[in-house]
Amino acid sequence: MDAETGIGASVLRKEDARFITGKGQYTDDISVFGQTHCVFVRSPHARAKINSINTDPAMAVDGVIRVFTGDELVEDGIGDLPCGWVVNSKDGSPMVSPPHPPIATTVVNYVGEPYAFVVAETLQAARDGAEAVEADFDILEAVVDTATASSSTQIHENAPNNQAYDWELGDKEATDAAFENADHVTELDITNNRLIPNAIEPRAALGSYDAASSTYTLYTTSQNPHVERVVLALFVNVAPEANLRVISPDVGGGFGSKIFVYAEETAVIWASAKVGRPIKWRADRSESFLADAHGRDHVTKAQLALSSDGEMLGLRVKTIANMGAYLSTFSSSVPTYLYGTLMAGQYKTPAIYVETQAVFTNTSPVDAYRGAGRPEATYVVERIVETAARELNMDPVELRRKNFIPPDAFPYQTPVALEYDTGNYAASMSKALELADSDGYAARKAASEANGKLRGIGYSCYIEACGIAPSQLVISLGAGVGLFESAEVRVDVSGSVSVMTGSHSHGQGHETTFAQLVSDRLGIPFDSVNVIHGDTGRSDYGLGTYGSRSIAVGGSAIDKALDKIIAKGKKIAAHMFETTEDKVNFAEGQFSYEGSNEPKPFAEIAGAAYIPAVYPLDELEPGLSEKAFYDPKNFTYPAGSYVCEVEIDPSTGVTEIQKFVAVDDFGNVINPMIVEGQVHGGLAQGIGQALLEHGIYDADGNLSTGSYMDYTMPRAADLPDFEVDMTSTPCTHNPLGVKGCGEAGAIGSPAAVMNAITDALGVKDVPMPATPHTVWETIQQGA
Amino acid sequence: MEERGEFVIPAHPQEVWDALQKPDVLKECIDGCEEMTLTEEGMFACVVAIKVGPVKARFTGTVKIEDPNPPHSYFLDVSARGGAAGFGSGRAEVTLTEVAEGTRLNYEVQGTIGGKLAQIGTRLIQSFSRKMTRTFFDRFSRRWVG
Repeated sequence: MDAETGIGASVLRKEDARFITGKGQYTDDISVFGQTHCVFVRSPHARAKINSINTDPAMAVDGVIRVFTGDELVEDGIGDLPCGWVVNSKDGSPMVSPPHPPIATTVVNYVGEPYAFVVAETLQAARDGAEAVEADFDILEAVVDTATASSSTQIHENAPNNQAYDWELGDKEATDAAFENADHVTELDITNNRLIPNAIEPRAALGSYDAASSTYTLYTTSQNPHVERVVLALFVNVAPEANLRVISPDVGGGFGSKIFVYAEETAVIWASAKVGRPIKWRADRSESFLADAHGRDHVTKAQLALSSDGEMLGLRVKTIANMGAYLSTFSSSVPTYLYGTLMAGQYKTPAIYVETQAVFTNTSPVDAYRGAGRPEATYVVERIVETAARELNMDPVELRRKNFIPPDAFPYQTPVALEYDTGNYAASMSKALELADSDGYAARKAASEANGKLRGIGYSCYIEACGIAPSQLVISLGAGVGLFESAEVRVDVSGSVSVMTGSHSHGQGHETTFAQLVSDRLGIPFDSVNVIHGDTGRSDYGLGTYGSRSIAVGGSAIDKALDKIIAKGKKIAAHMFETTEDKVNFAEGQFSYEGSNEPKPFAEIAGAAYIPAVYPLDELEPGLSEKAFYDPKNFTYPAGSYVCEVEIDPSTGVTEIQKFVAVDDFGNVINPMIVEGQVHGGLAQGIGQALLEHGIYDADGNLSTGSYMDYTMPRAADLPDFEVDMTSTPCTHNPLGVKGCGEAGAIGSPAAVMNAITDALGVKDVPMPATPHTVWETIQQGA
Repeated sequence: MEERGEFVIPAHPQEVWDALQKPDVLKECIDGCEEMTLTEEGMFACVVAIKVGPVKARFTGTVKIEDPNPPHSYFLDVSARGGAAGFGSGRAEVTLTEVAEGTRLNYEVQGTIGGKLAQIGTRLIQSFSRKMTRTFFDRFSRRWVG
């Protein structure tokens, strides 16, 4: 292994040279001959009946080529945008999925829902055309509030009580019994604030139709181009799958919001054939606020049953999850299988019962956002554990230690479906306390008090389930797709290697990490590995990147293909050595045979594969290119301990994070620098949720926080120097022993911050985001 | 959105009442008003250019006088559309009371806004409407103070 580029080395990212010099190729950087521009006409009303749409004034605008309404898509057989995971209610009935036409036809159900789109020669003409479209609406009463949605006006004809489903998980009777025998019950009512994703690159799409070959090409900002392709082909009926190529070039961040199949790319790819010219659309920032799926938005009542000495006996969680106006692509799975299943946390709580009621409101659809369900679960578990410790006058660290699943209990079956394969939670906790200098806390608190400030400390011990799998299990739970990954390793004649992966990189650095894996295993130079992703025309079917799955599932698929490459290499080498393949060894980039003192380097075998002089071609095909599909046996379970220390100025309510320690167990790590970067980004987003970010609708369903004037993104000055470290219990069921790191920071941090703030203020709860105003009001109420 | 307030105008209620019915007076007093025409009895059509924070647009609207009780009270039904910038609608109750200094005018408005105006202007709209109202009555009162 090359110590500078192999597994475990912090190799600088290959892709950064082009990103930081402005040479990345994002969707909007790509232009094709004859290209037109598209602007969507969006509903200004949260809920209204469409009486009529007059497109004539728009057609009269100079440069406007065509104006489309939803009816034209319906007439052409374009289907609804589907939700890909069917969740069943307690009574066994399937969820209610209201019709979701890409372009609204008879009703609009949230501000920003498109009801027409204008294609024009220039972007300005398309904008002018969109402004000229006249629509007559009957404005209807809007439903906005999550908690009261089920008792409000019914939005969709097929969804009584505005309910999508009422789901449960766990043993209700056993949990009830645990509460009956409890010495103490801690109760906590909390909300998980609505977040609006803000990838640095807004969503975009460029669709073109080639009449000569009857094929469509869609460039778009998708995290999973193959899923985009299959949904557009199979459900939306744009074109036969074979005639549709989807390319996700460089993509500037996704955080989940670019997983989903949206109206805009559907419209431009469909309309490109109608117009006979390519069509480009790119969201502007205000549009993104309305048109991208939002995240979180839960209202929860939780109860924890304990013995008098702090043993956790049972947990009850009842959540109302806001789905927005329609069920987005994977929305139904987020507050259920990615949420309820995580309620054991790191603890051996024997009885858990979770209920989730998913409700519709006249707001933008809500779907997966960095962590997707797991941040919400961690927030419930870690806030109530900390609250219980305070009520029992126990050290929150001691209460956690007492209840951790011990290292010798793995594999551990939780009462909420998951089987954790490995972990050592106490080890992460000890390391975090050491880094946080917890012994010095009392002195720091005294110093803050001397300065008239309030100081608090908070902990959060999260667990997450990454790399959703195995396919057969998730399909049995309602998923409409498998959750494996594909890889192809194509060795060139000269011994350099191209890797085609079904994973997609939109900031994660796969071109570097996957190249490290390949160069390490084949013993070839790092620079001779080229990683290709994001193109359905170049790589086999893939499921893309989300849920921290890329290294655990995509990386394992590459590893499996590498096994096949090495196996074939051994066969070729055996002929060269005039022996049998079982006598050939491969290590450090050399094929060797004990009967020969001349090992064959990998490149030599690659050349021999393509210049087939030495082996019988009726036994062994020429070439050296292998594919693999990898379907994991289980989720992976990254876990960690976070410690946050805050100082609050009681006169202004301003919270300053003075210390943030994150100790994560991601199993084996390929590139520690990239992993640390992922943790930093996740922490920034989690702290953003805790202190700053909040998607707010007014009573009429207008998004009040629809720009950076009102929606506060975290900036560098809001964040401390993170202290990040790791422990490792390698995953037991994938070949690399890796777990995934993309979401951890966003999952674990909100609870740590809010535990610290409530500790500083001496209150049970402060709603997120803990803005200076909210904190100041909390202080005033107590005074 | 709700707003209420009062202004004292140095004129008799009947004079105030009459002035408030005249399109040219209204046009002169409403900041940014480009057109104000009486389309039928008690019904005005208007065009007003406004700027709320980053939202700048020309609003086309109608103003309808309802339940007039001269020179004491009336209701105004207002609705305006500003294209991509959004829309607004509202109902105002206006009452005139004779006082020593002239006329005390009280108003009470209930309104809604939507579109881009609501998305990026919410925080600014209250102070914007207060400023617009104050400008209106400042200009309106000046007719008599001269």
